[in-house]
Amino acid sequence: MSQVTGHRSQVKIFIKFILIIISTCYLLPVTCYSQISSSDLINNAKQYDGQEIVYTGEVIGDVMIRGKFAWINVNDTKNAIGIWLSKDFAKEILYTGSYRAKGDIVEVKGKFNRACTEHGGDLDIHASTLQVIQKGANVDEVISPRKIKVAITFLIICLTLTVIYFIRLGYGFKHR
Amino acid sequence: MVLKPHLDDFKIIGYYLGKITIGIGLFMLIPIICALGFREIGPTLDFLIGIGVSFLSGFILTKACFTDRDLNWMQGMIVVSLSWLVATIIGAIPLHLSGHFKSYLDACFDAMSGFSTTGLTLVQDLDHLSYTHNLWRHLIMFIGGQGIVIVALSLFVKGLSGAFKMYVGEARDERLLPNVIHTARFIWLVSVVYLILGTLALSIAAISGGIKIHNALFHSVCIFMTAFDTGGFSPQSQSILYYHNASFEIITIVIMILGAINFNLHYHLWSGKLKELFHNIEIKTFSLSVIIIFIITAVGLERVMLYLTPGALFRKGFYQFISAHTGTGFQTVYAQQFINGWSQLSLTGLIFAMSLGGAVCSTTGAIKMLRIGIIMKAIKEDIRRIMLPEKAIVVQRFHHIKTIFLEDKQVRAALLISLCYLVLYSSGALVGMFFGHPFINSLFESTSATANVGLSCGITNAGMPAILKITYMIQMWAGRLEFMSIFTLLGFLIAAIKGK
Repeated sequence: MSQVTGHRSQVKIFIKFILIIISTCYLLPVTCYSQISSSDLINNAKQYDGQEIVYTGEVIGDVMIRGKFAWINVNDTKNAIGIWLSKDFAKEILYTGSYRAKGDIVEVKGKFNRACTEHGGDLDIHASTLQVIQKGANVDEVISPRKIKVAITFLIICLTLTVIYFIRLGYGFKHR
Repeated sequence: MVLKPHLDDFKIIGYYLGKITIGIGLFMLIPIICALGFREIGPTLDFLIGIGVSFLSGFILTKACFTDRDLNWMQGMIVVSLSWLVATIIGAIPLHLSGHFKSYLDACFDAMSGFSTTGLTLVQDLDHLSYTHNLWRHLIMFIGGQGIVIVALSLFVKGLSGAFKMYVGEARDERLLPNVIHTARFIWLVSVVYLILGTLALSIAAISGGIKIHNALFHSVCIFMTAFDTGGFSPQSQSILYYHNASFEIITIVIMILGAINFNLHYHLWSGKLKELFHNIEIKTFSLSVIIIFIITAVGLERVMLYLTPGALFRKGFYQFISAHTGTGFQTVYAQQFINGWSQLSLTGLIFAMSLGGAVCSTTGAIKMLRIGIIMKAIKEDIRRIMLPEKAIVVQRFHHIKTIFLEDKQVRAALLISLCYLVLYSSGALVGMFFGHPFINSLFESTSATANVGLSCGITNAGMPAILKITYMIQMWAGRLEFMSIFTLLGFLIAAIKGK
């Protein structure tokens, strides 16, 4: 009896194993996103054209809402690439990179287009998912005290020169 | 025998250089206003330091070299060629202080690229640059496009004959109005009117494309300045691709073409003489060249099956092409795509377009349409001379504001300048190849620098050798001034060393 039970459990494990293998084979092409840098995408655009990829970087500039969709630009420190995504995903972005802020770091999964026919030949990514993996923040200006001293010194010199110039100009007019 | 320059020559050159240095400093007040508006403290200090250096050096130069003599031709040419170097060195100070450049040389590269309306850039992390520094990058293109000396003319210079000599030295030899100061002011008037209209149109396109109002206005002012002055800097690292906006691209195409038209022609159009458009040799040559070279570029793109829809071909193929031909340098593709995606034929088309440029007395660089038109007319005349009987008198005419009979001296001048450009294009390409870049890439980047275009196929980056950076800077400088004032400077230096 125990031998039969052991045999059945072995069969179950085997069936589970087969099922995992089969489902992996079917699902892998659909869900296998490869993480790629912007340089890689731009330099090997033909190779990645139409493929599902994962791209990570900082959202910079503006979130440009276009009807039910939006454009964002995501910079991975080498280049910024345009991402076409649903307006709902765009709403998750709170900070965009600028002088005053470090933008949200997002992970975008989607289809890469070497020359998107929908968007006038843009090299872009049509996002199917977007995840904010690191929240951005406002950035405070860091000003070196030395720079302040130098600037004030120059300011005093400039004001003095300007005053001298206008005094001499007035003197010149009087004695014309 | 070469005569050694007199002390008075140095004094008068120093005096005018001092005035121009102060002029550059005065222009730095505009970014300071912007800095105060956006509450950017660090950039305010950078520009205060820049103003301080320019005022101080300008004050010392004008005092030490004070003179009330007017400039002669040689002195005028030397003032012009040196003023572009001085402007580069002074203009680079706030850029370098921003911390977005790897070295002072890189900041000087961008300043020279800006003043010469080229558009090649070595800035790091542009997407985090302050509004203030960004405005300065675009403003120096506007000043450079109008002509640094023209700016000074409008502000300071009283002597008319000296003013005209400097005006010619900046590669502008056409007086729209009898008085050169009035000409300079007319150029400003045209530019400011277009600035208002262009900014408005770009702002509407940007806002409807989803950009916030304050950003849309800022970007539109910046993009207008660099489109009309055929410069090519942009506030974001992706250039015009950042906007993903077809109407924005179309408006910039119109502005780029307006910038590539002769100011003399603008004057006639403003005076209601629309017929000039259809008869002018430059417009005819430009139209013909656009048709022929774009066909070459488009066939090249068709071969690689890159842009399969007419919309894509227009927004990528035609956009880069017109940006190249007008000498602007805006891009809606990545630099590396030129090499990895475009065919050699389409790249050759772009190189041709860049090397020809727009109209004389405009803000474009390169050989220019009037010279190409004159050379074509001369070839036509020679062919007719061969075909007709020996006793036949062959006369060629062309229309450029007025009807002009073609003379040998015009052909000689056109060929000479064209030859200088071709030599400079190939010299830069040789230096590029010396550093290991392929021929087509080197020629592309060299032509872009010399013709003050700014399209890049990826060679220009902060990591390139210093010699290559300096080579491109010299090319931008010589290309913008059209050689003559630089030859005069070289002659002056030789005379100062070898003269008796």
